[in-house]
Amino acid sequence: MTQVPVIEAKHLDLTFQTNDGPVQALRDVNLEISKGDFVSFIGPSGCGKTTFLRCIAALEEPTGGQLTVNGMSPEAARKARAYGYVFQAAGLYPWRTIAGNIKLPLEIMGFSKTEQAERVEKVLELVDLSGFGKKFPWQLSGGMQQRASIARALAFDADILLMDEPFGALDEIVRDHLNEELLKLWARTEKTIGFVTHSIPEAVYLSTKIVVMSPRPGRITDVIESPLPKERPLDIRDTPEFLEIAHRVREGLRAGHAYD
Amino acid sequence: MKRLVFPVVVVVAAILAFWYAACVPMNIKFALMTAERQGAVVSPEGMITRRDMSPFVLAAKNPAQWSDTWVQDKPRLPAPHQVVTELWAQTMQVAPTSKRSLVFHGWITLSATLLGFAIGSGLGILLAVGIVHSRAMDMSVMPWAIASQTIPILAIAPMIIVVLSSIGLQGLVPKAVISAYLSFFPVVVGMVKGLRSPSPMDLDLVKTWSATKAQTFWKLRLPASAPYLFASLKIGVASSLVGTIVGELPSGTGQGLGFRLLSGSYYGQTVQIWSALFATAILAACLVAIIGLMERGVLKRMGLG
Repeated sequence: MTQVPVIEAKHLDLTFQTNDGPVQALRDVNLEISKGDFVSFIGPSGCGKTTFLRCIAALEEPTGGQLTVNGMSPEAARKARAYGYVFQAAGLYPWRTIAGNIKLPLEIMGFSKTEQAERVEKVLELVDLSGFGKKFPWQLSGGMQQRASIARALAFDADILLMDEPFGALDEIVRDHLNEELLKLWARTEKTIGFVTHSIPEAVYLSTKIVVMSPRPGRITDVIESPLPKERPLDIRDTPEFLEIAHRVREGLRAGHAYD
Repeated sequence: MKRLVFPVVVVVAAILAFWYAACVPMNIKFALMTAERQGAVVSPEGMITRRDMSPFVLAAKNPAQWSDTWVQDKPRLPAPHQVVTELWAQTMQVAPTSKRSLVFHGWITLSATLLGFAIGSGLGILLAVGIVHSRAMDMSVMPWAIASQTIPILAIAPMIIVVLSSIGLQGLVPKAVISAYLSFFPVVVGMVKGLRSPSPMDLDLVKTWSATKAQTFWKLRLPASAPYLFASLKIGVASSLVGTIVGELPSGTGQGLGFRLLSGSYYGQTVQIWSALFATAILAACLVAIIGLMERGVLKRMGLG
C-alpha cells in the first residue's frame, strides 16, 4: 500500500459567523489520511468532528488553510465522485423502494439502466440485503435501513466513505453487529473510511487511526495509530491492547476538556 | 365498518329531525294564515295579532298546523323531503339539456370550475416552484398572494366580469378566472410547504452527488411535496367551485348553479334555492372525493399511503 495521503489537511481553520459573533469551529487542524485507512473522529459535541467531515465533502467551506482530497480541492473531488456520504439518519426516500433509493445517485450521475441494476445487486449483496430491493424503507428495521444507506453510498464506487455517526441512533446490539459488518465490508472493498462517533469502544474497535478532538475551538488533541490487527473479532474488545488504546482515547478526551 | 352504521344513522336522523323541527317555527305564520283563511280555528286569531308574536309561541299553541309547515310552496325553510323531491324533479324528470335541469346548470358550473381549477392549481404550482427557488420571488409574490385573498371575492368578481367582457370575454372564461383566483392560493401555500419539506440532510445528500437544481427538484422536492399537494388540491377544488358560483351571480348569463341560487331568491323560490344549494354541495363533495381517490392511488403507488 502506497502511503500517498488521500485526504490532507494543513492548518485548516473554519469560523462560522453567527448572530452571537464568530464561532471558531476548527482551528489549525493538520491531518493526513492514507489510502485504506479507517479513521475515526471522536470527541464531545461541538468539537468540530462533523464539521471536519463536512469540509472534506465540500458541504462546508474552510476559512483558512488547505484541504485536499485525492490531491484535488474537495469541490473537484466531489465532481470526480471521490466519496460517498452516510448520515446519522438513513435518509431513504419513503416513496422509493430500497433498490430505487440505491439507484438514486446512479440516476443523478447518469449511469445506464442496465448498469444501475447490476450495481444495485452488487451493493445489496455487500451489505447483506440481497432480496430486499423491492421493499419500501418502512418495511425494514432501523439497522437494515442504515445498511441500505451505506449501500447507496457505495453504489457509485467512490474510494472514500465518509460516515457521520451512522450508527448513533441504533441500539447497542444492532450497533455491535453493524460494526462487525462494516469491518468486513471495509476489508472486502479496501475503501478509505472517515467515521465520526461518540463512542470510545466503537472508535477503538473499528479504526486504524483514531483522531481525538476537543471543543471551543475545535481542534485535534491526539492522533492514535492503532496497533490492533486488521482481523478483529468482537471479543478483541476484552484484550489488554484494546483497553490500553481505549484508555489513551479517554485521556485525550479529558486533556481536551482541561483547556476549558 | 358495520359497527359504524348505527351511529352514522343516528347522527343523520338527528340532523333531519332538527331540520323538520326548525321548519315549524320558520313557516308557522304562513301556515296559520292559510289555515285561518280556510276556516280553521287557530290561536290567537287574526294575522295582525300574530304578526309580532314569537314563532316558537305560535308553534307551541298550534300543534295541529305543524304538518302544514312541511308542505308549503314558498316556505321560509323547505323541509328535507321537499328539497329531495325538487332535486329529483330537476335532475331526473326533465331533459338534461333543458334550462330547468340542474344537470344542465350543474354542467355549466362544473366546466367553469374545472377550467378555473386547472388554471388556478397550475398557476399555484408554478408560483410555488418560483418562490422556493428564488428569494426575490418569495419576497415579492407571497405578500401579493396573501393580500389577494383578503379581498372579498364578492367585491372583486363583478369587476373581473366587467373588465373581461370589455375585451370580449364572456361566459365560461370570466367565471373560470374568478374560480382560479380563489383556488391558486391554497395550492401555492401547500406546494411551497411541500417543496421545502426535504430536510437539510436530504439536501446535503443530493449535494454530495453533485445533483443539479433540476435533478434536486424532480427527484427530491417534487415527490416530497405530493402529500402536501393533494391536501391543497382538496381545498383548492372546493374554493374553485365557490369562485364559479360567485362569478355566476353577476354574470347575467342565466346559466349555472349560481344563477339558479340568484333567480330562486329573486322570485322567493326557496325550494329552488335549497335544491341548487344541495346540488352545489353534492358537486363539491364529488370533486373533493375524486381528488381523494387520486390521492390514495398516487400515494399508494409512491409507497406513502
